[in-house]
Amino acid sequence: MIEGILIGLNTALSLTNILMVMVGCFAGTIIGMLPGLGPMTAIALMIPITYGFDPSTGLILMAGVYYGAVFGGSTSSILLNAPGVPGTVATAFDGYPMAQQGKAGKALAIAAYSSFAGGTISAIFLLIAAPSLSKVSLSFRSPDYFALMILGLTAISAFSSKGQFLKAMMMVVLGLMLATVGQDSLSDITRFTFNNMNLTDGISFVLIVMATFAMSEALTIIFRGKDPNRAAKQISLTELGSIKVNKEETIKMAKTIPRSSILGFIIGVLPGAGATIASFLAYGMERNYVSEKEKQQFGKGSVHGLSAPETANNAACSGSFVPLLTLGIPGSGTTAVMLGALLGFGIQPGPRLYQTNPEIFWSVIMSMYIGMVVLLILNLPLIPYIARILAVPRNFLIPLILFFSITGIYLMSFNNFDIFLMIGIAVVATFLRLYDFPMPPLILAFVLGGLMEETLRRSLLISNGSPNFLWDRPLTLILLLLTAAIVGWQTYTSFFKKKT
Amino acid sequence: MRISPTKFISLLFLIFSVFYLYTAFNIQVFSFDENAPFNARTFPIYIGWAGIILSVLLIVLPEKSPVKVDHKYLDYKSIIYLLVISIIYGAVILKIGYYLSTSLFLIASYYFLGERRWIWMFLLSFPFVALFMFLLHGVLGIYLRDPLLKLLGIIG
Repeated sequence: MIEGILIGLNTALSLTNILMVMVGCFAGTIIGMLPGLGPMTAIALMIPITYGFDPSTGLILMAGVYYGAVFGGSTSSILLNAPGVPGTVATAFDGYPMAQQGKAGKALAIAAYSSFAGGTISAIFLLIAAPSLSKVSLSFRSPDYFALMILGLTAISAFSSKGQFLKAMMMVVLGLMLATVGQDSLSDITRFTFNNMNLTDGISFVLIVMATFAMSEALTIIFRGKDPNRAAKQISLTELGSIKVNKEETIKMAKTIPRSSILGFIIGVLPGAGATIASFLAYGMERNYVSEKEKQQFGKGSVHGLSAPETANNAACSGSFVPLLTLGIPGSGTTAVMLGALLGFGIQPGPRLYQTNPEIFWSVIMSMYIGMVVLLILNLPLIPYIARILAVPRNFLIPLILFFSITGIYLMSFNNFDIFLMIGIAVVATFLRLYDFPMPPLILAFVLGGLMEETLRRSLLISNGSPNFLWDRPLTLILLLLTAAIVGWQTYTSFFKKKT
Repeated sequence: MRISPTKFISLLFLIFSVFYLYTAFNIQVFSFDENAPFNARTFPIYIGWAGIILSVLLIVLPEKSPVKVDHKYLDYKSIIYLLVISIIYGAVILKIGYYLSTSLFLIASYYFLGERRWIWMFLLSFPFVALFMFLLHGVLGIYLRDPLLKLLGIIG
């Protein structure tokens, strides 16, 4: 492991890669701050650029963007009560009241320190857990992988949108349908191309991400621009206050950070859960731990209430890399985007990544920690200046997002068809989002579609077409029972549980 | 009878799934693969059935918390303008080149979204795209196809 860490450090500490972490953190922070644009969009916008780099550098840039975007989301949560990402919704509960009390600078500093601590602790967990887990994951066979993917898709559907399980599952099926367009990987038979040569290679992953996130996000902002409930709230950016944290506040943070980090990391490892669930759970857990007097402060600017979700969401970000790097199964929508990017580099993440490309495996882990340090050093002094980006008028912001989306596709294919296809998918996605059909399950299904078909093919061929492979191995059975439990719980909460 | 938007979308998805399943059954496979445990049709057929089952469930089961969208607050005009501009941009990008088409696309989008500060509109179009192109083409070495700039001898 020490050798691996040294390899990782050697790669991550090269001048180019440090520069990439810095650029990534900075760009991610700015994108994450823009309302509605989260880590997924930020990473998606970076993909075309990363193809110009080697895989390690590209991944390091994306890891920086990921952390930057999560931190950026906290900034808009605290300053505007407009979370840039779902994972920072809980941050606004106490961060925004703090900002309203003229302590926005302090709130941003607490968020930055908590994010740093949460990220650091979970990076250590990742360092310890990932190699052991990758050894365990070598025992996974095709039926287990197939069952694991079913579990991951069911879990993300259950968690992505509260009370909308069936809608999310419908998005999973749509994602799988889109993934089957193009040549079959084994026989090269074309499917669903309708004799259009542009579809022979299938639909590009970047196109799907750009259309369903960046572009449809921009269209949604314009579409709902007249909605008074969604109008962006502006505050005076001169009222940031001091960014210094006093002794009493530091003690409060020191109590909150360890437990929220552990919780965040564990939640992050689970497929489909991710930063949003982690931050809400940490907020709830913290409320149960503090004194009765402190409990009254929750929702009114509590340090515990701000620190807990911020620590947990960053810890969950690191945690979500565990299933990606060790099993090749993304645990969240964002890591699904990263998986797509990795596949674009010709790298198949999974248990063998640890052996075949150790420099990538370790450099990503090490760059996460470096990303945390950079984020703290770079962003803390820049908070007042970064916050000014929130004043960019919508009239400029939306066209620029559309420009980045279309450029991303143009750079990849240099053909009009992909641009038109992206616009079409973005329009459909905009209407689907309007009626609460979540997009992360679609992305995860699109990314996993090919792998799922491959593992199902192997499983069925080994079992000679019999469905016995679903229960022959205990691991497969356990994973499928977990899936059934999630479906059962969702059915119960949707149709039988009375509203409280 | 009034149908809720969610159920209407589910109905559309049901029609789409039926069409998808029909197309899946018609995928041409090699004759020796026809009776194989798994061929190019198998997975799409499973997905097609899943789509049908899920959309039927969404249509049949009661909606627990229907999504309410107030259409009077939706800005259809701006979104149609933006989409038309994007389609025109996509159509001309190969003909007139990346630089000119992108700059014009940005100016048109700013204008239709109500922006009238011409200096900012100019700065965030022609010089901005030039800087972006320099970053991609000049610094990162990412090829940007632009027949117009090539004709003028600005890029290779």
